[in-house]
Amino acid sequence: MTSPFPFSAIVGQTAMKQAMILTAIDPGIGGVLVFGDRGTGKSTAVRALAALLPPIMAVEGCPVNSARVADCPEWAEIGSKKVISRPTPVIDLPLGATEDRVVGALDIERALTRGEKAFEPGLLARANRGYLYIDEVNLLEDHIVDLLLDVAQSGENVVEREGLSIRHPARFVLVGSGNPEEGELRPQLLDRFGLSVEVRSPTDIEERVEVIRRRDSFESDNATFMKRWRSADTKIRKRILTAREGLPKIVTPEPILRDCAELCMALGSDGLRGELTLLRTARALAAYEGDTTLTRDHLRNIAPSALSHRLRRDPLDEAGSGARVARTVADVLG
Amino acid sequence: MSEGSDRWDAACQALRLLAVDPAGLKGLCLRARSGPARQTFLALLPALPLPLRKLHPTISDEQLFGGIDLAATLAGETLVINQGLAHAPGALVIAMAERAGADLAAKLAQVLDADRGHCLIMLDEGAEEAERTPPALSERLAFHVDLDGIGLGEADPTPFDLVDLDDARSLLPSVTAGPDDATVLVTLAARFGIDSLRAPLLALRVARASAALNLRDRITAEDLALAASLVYPSRATIAPAEDEPTPPAPEPPEPSPEDQLQDSETRDRTELPDELLIDAVRALLPANLLDGMVPATTSRSSSGSSGAGSKRKGNRRGRPLPPRPGRLDGTSRIDLVATLRAAAPWQPMRRKASPDAKGLLIRPSDIRLKRYEETSDRLLIFVVDASGSAAMSRLGEAKGAVELLLAEAYARRDHVALIAFRGLGAEILLPPTRSLVQTKRRLASLPGGGGTPLAAGLKAAGELAVQARSRGLSPTVAMLTDGRANITLDGMADRTQAAQDATTLARLLRAQGIPGLVLDMSNRPQDALRDLAAQMNAPYVPLPRADARRLSGAITKALEA
Repeated sequence: MTSPFPFSAIVGQTAMKQAMILTAIDPGIGGVLVFGDRGTGKSTAVRALAALLPPIMAVEGCPVNSARVADCPEWAEIGSKKVISRPTPVIDLPLGATEDRVVGALDIERALTRGEKAFEPGLLARANRGYLYIDEVNLLEDHIVDLLLDVAQSGENVVEREGLSIRHPARFVLVGSGNPEEGELRPQLLDRFGLSVEVRSPTDIEERVEVIRRRDSFESDNATFMKRWRSADTKIRKRILTAREGLPKIVTPEPILRDCAELCMALGSDGLRGELTLLRTARALAAYEGDTTLTRDHLRNIAPSALSHRLRRDPLDEAGSGARVARTVADVLG
Repeated sequence: MSEGSDRWDAACQALRLLAVDPAGLKGLCLRARSGPARQTFLALLPALPLPLRKLHPTISDEQLFGGIDLAATLAGETLVINQGLAHAPGALVIAMAERAGADLAAKLAQVLDADRGHCLIMLDEGAEEAERTPPALSERLAFHVDLDGIGLGEADPTPFDLVDLDDARSLLPSVTAGPDDATVLVTLAARFGIDSLRAPLLALRVARASAALNLRDRITAEDLALAASLVYPSRATIAPAEDEPTPPAPEPPEPSPEDQLQDSETRDRTELPDELLIDAVRALLPANLLDGMVPATTSRSSSGSSGAGSKRKGNRRGRPLPPRPGRLDGTSRIDLVATLRAAAPWQPMRRKASPDAKGLLIRPSDIRLKRYEETSDRLLIFVVDASGSAAMSRLGEAKGAVELLLAEAYARRDHVALIAFRGLGAEILLPPTRSLVQTKRRLASLPGGGGTPLAAGLKAAGELAVQARSRGLSPTVAMLTDGRANITLDGMADRTQAAQDATTLARLLRAQGIPGLVLDMSNRPQDALRDLAAQMNAPYVPLPRADARRLSGAITKALEA
């Protein structure tokens, strides 16, 4: 298998790239929703990001990628005590995946042949400490969506079925992509994504040609191409790592908190998740930019992606909520 | 050379190029009903340097991605793993690809994106415009070949020269692209309104393969022309050029203002790359370019979330049904209790047969699967009268009501379809969808005026309802009209015949058991409409001077009753 396309070599799509980097700095932001046309590089970006991220340290053979031996779930029966480094997991959740495959189920094979009650972990277990990528998330079956919501919120997967009673950590960043023309996403799930960005095909011929050129040299002369972009990728990785360290030290002035609240009130977003995400994302952005104090600029920068999907939506309003957010931001923050 | 043999040559050319770079070009979508031409073409497939693997649209995850071979595991009491088709490179041939659901499409797209050397041959046997292969897949494949209407005499069965293909394959890595090649292909794609960047990428790879096939190590203009003519026509959304008359589409899909803006921008900014290239592609544009685009962009949502049969007996959710024997294939869940119950009576006998075995002795035949039955999604088909008489009085209100209902349908997660009848016939403005953005857009642009072809509206609604039912939706027809039918089914202005036609079709709807609802929006309630509703066995709701909100309330009430 070839290595994924380098993250830094993706042309344009700044909003999407920024959103993904911010969730890498602070996974608590809660996932990215990417809506846009086909062939705009949505899945390329997700895979590229995973390859960019520093590897995680995990116990060898642990199905939930535990960092310490003590954290390994009992049911996994791991013999090894070795902690190895492995790439950040990116798990694909295909449409039509059964509930069993997503949450895990009784290991039928062991149950029947050896008479043992064992748990066979599902995709949620494998995605722990990594990314769960759902392409065409808007076409996902409703009952799987419910499941995901529940787990994404609690960070824990609870399986109570077929005589099993298992719980394991499932903290992952949800990345969903889809094309809104093909179906809408339920508001409950929308709200659960931290950030949402809309991607469009580049409209500039030069930019499009550049995309084709890079992709072509990626495919025809892989080694040289990867080498050329390695340093840029490393630079981003270092910035992410520095930002992770700097994140707890970011100072949040009182007026900025007021701004957040005012912004969300003015937009009439439901609940308090809007404010919380706005603040968290702004802090991640400040850390990424190497600042130590949160400013209005940070808020202004990330407000559209943090809030546009949280507005009480008028299902018949086609202008898109991005414009509404931009207007309100201009009103409130000046 | 006849038109058919030209097309055949193009198809063979595509296959030859695919054989040169199967993993890079990802595959080929073959639209043809079974027949001699298709047979001959399939006989050429072994030219691909990959093992051919046949799939069917209901392939299980286990077969695709591999999994435990339960039968062998139980028999041998050691874990036996089956390798899935996705594991080793191969040419996956999927028959009846138009029946493939969105879930299979997503999985296959995943396989293709993984770059493990797979290529996909989709055999699209769709008979109608609306039956199409999942766009997520067809978009990823380089070639689209249409063999319909090619006779046996035109299809040349000569196998390809495999040595040539081998030579080309070894030359392929050293083919270089000129600095302007990408520019030419991108500009050309923009002129045909192709938004996705996959198209120029694939075209560039096709050009490479073509150069290799001609034993050159540089891409020439000839290669670019061939690549564009093979990759672009099926993806084009606009016919470029000033002199080209736009095909009179019934309802041209409305590009959003930004799109239009962006189209004209890109067009202004680009110099004509090469008129010859444009002509080459334009000659191959499908005749019904704009007609074809409507289903292409919307068919997905309907097939994406529906099952195969109207009963919708699934094995995942809904009301439980009795368990049934079957194989565990990854899509179904085992009913453990029923399985054990089935195995219990045989234990002593099996114990005698294999005294050393530990634990329960379960055979594959004991396995019972869980089954559930779920109610299917509802489809509301709005049949809106946009005739002159209705337009004068109530069209605006009707639109308002439909919008309100749409908002409710959205909240209930119903599917919505929209049919308008005016002038001489009816047209489906919106195939079944859940996308409100589209519905709203189409509704806003609904023009009014002309006669009242009531029968045509009912006919279109009936056809759509039957089609939707076969996809597992439960259709309901909501008809908004002022009832003065004056155009017959065949488009003649004859009031008596028109009324008769309408009655006949109303009976037909009733015979097919399609539930309906007739809303009378004329100023005075019409007896004719009341009769029509009776023929349809549908509730009749007269709504003189009703505002949109009342109309919506009436419909909701009638539907819930």
